[in-house]
Amino acid sequence: MTIFGVALLALCTLIGVFLGDLLGVALGVKANVGGVGLAMILLIAARAWLLARGKLGGGIKLGVEFWSTMYIPIVVAMAAQQNVVAAVRGGPIVLIAATVSLLLCFACVALLGHFGRRERAEDAQIRHGGAVIGGDLDDDAAPVAPPHAVRKA
Amino acid sequence: MLHMIEHVFVEQSLVAAFAVVGGLMLISNFAGRRLTGGRVHGSAIAIVLGLVLAYIAGLYTGGKKGVADLPVFAGIGLMGGAMLRDFAIVATAFEVEVVEARRAGFLGVLALALGTVIPFIVGALTAVAFGYTDAVSITTIGAGAVTYIVGPVTGAALGADSAVMALSIATGVTKAVMVMVGTPLVAKLIGLDNPRSAMAFGGLMGTVSGVAGGLAATDPKLVPYGALTATFHTGIGCLVGPSLFYLTVRAIVG
Repeated sequence: MTIFGVALLALCTLIGVFLGDLLGVALGVKANVGGVGLAMILLIAARAWLLARGKLGGGIKLGVEFWSTMYIPIVVAMAAQQNVVAAVRGGPIVLIAATVSLLLCFACVALLGHFGRRERAEDAQIRHGGAVIGGDLDDDAAPVAPPHAVRKA
Repeated sequence: MLHMIEHVFVEQSLVAAFAVVGGLMLISNFAGRRLTGGRVHGSAIAIVLGLVLAYIAGLYTGGKKGVADLPVFAGIGLMGGAMLRDFAIVATAFEVEVVEARRAGFLGVLALALGTVIPFIVGALTAVAFGYTDAVSITTIGAGAVTYIVGPVTGAALGADSAVMALSIATGVTKAVMVMVGTPLVAKLIGLDNPRSAMAFGGLMGTVSGVAGGLAATDPKLVPYGALTATFHTGIGCLVGPSLFYLTVRAIVG
């Protein structure tokens, strides 16, 4: 059933965020430390566990993957509620601090990305992931398919 | 008539948000294919469009939450809020290729360290260049350059001035917006086309909203790898900002 997938996702998120809060308290930080990242690791583990037992049914997959396909629209909604006015009006100190740190970090991505990089054919799993997060549940669709068409799995 | 439509939008806020964002995506995909010949990803256009709408709405309402400050679009606030955003980010982990992610684990940790230290130093130096001399203000502005959550958390812990806090938040928000818009533009140049570099990217850029938006606009398959490291960024920043970074700055400026 689809709800099992959605519930699994919810459970992983709740446990992850709770662990992140605990970690924050343990470190004496007024913030959640990596809650979402921990939740992601939990979901990866749950997927592997279900797969190994042959219990990863279509319903569970649909329940989780639906929310992956909703990722981009949710990010668009997120963009639409940023405090862009504050960013635009920040003045030179804000602009300089943001731009310079951004450029340095982009340079570091280029540097770290090359470090230990091997050229190899792209994995099917990665390609499938791209199609799903791009908004398409259909396996046969090209990964660059426009992300508006959510078809039935 | 108009009043009744408005009433439906207010009452069905989340449902209305689905319809509005769906429309926005439709327009963006059309524009991406027809106007740019497929060179610009539809989602990149949609994100920029969202930011532009947030700017216009912010000017109109004077609020801080962009479009979501308009009652008819309150549902956008729920749909794009931290709860559903994190839910969708976790869901993308279902698509992660575990071997690839584990192999890049050390790279991710290294990126996290660099991504916290570099923006802090840049932010702190900028603050000094603009005449700030006290350790609290310098640390708060530096922390803002890490992410827009680290800034105010650090500032609140150190008891920073509210004007400095505002500056710190604005720095973080500006960085997030720039990451969203800038990433697809520089992706090729910095080799951001595989899970490894996406994990480095997530750790270095930090800001979850920036990484989420930037990778979505660049290549959806990279999203979970970037998100995996980025979500640790704010917590680590909040950990070292008011402690290690503050003590270091205080030791230097006296």
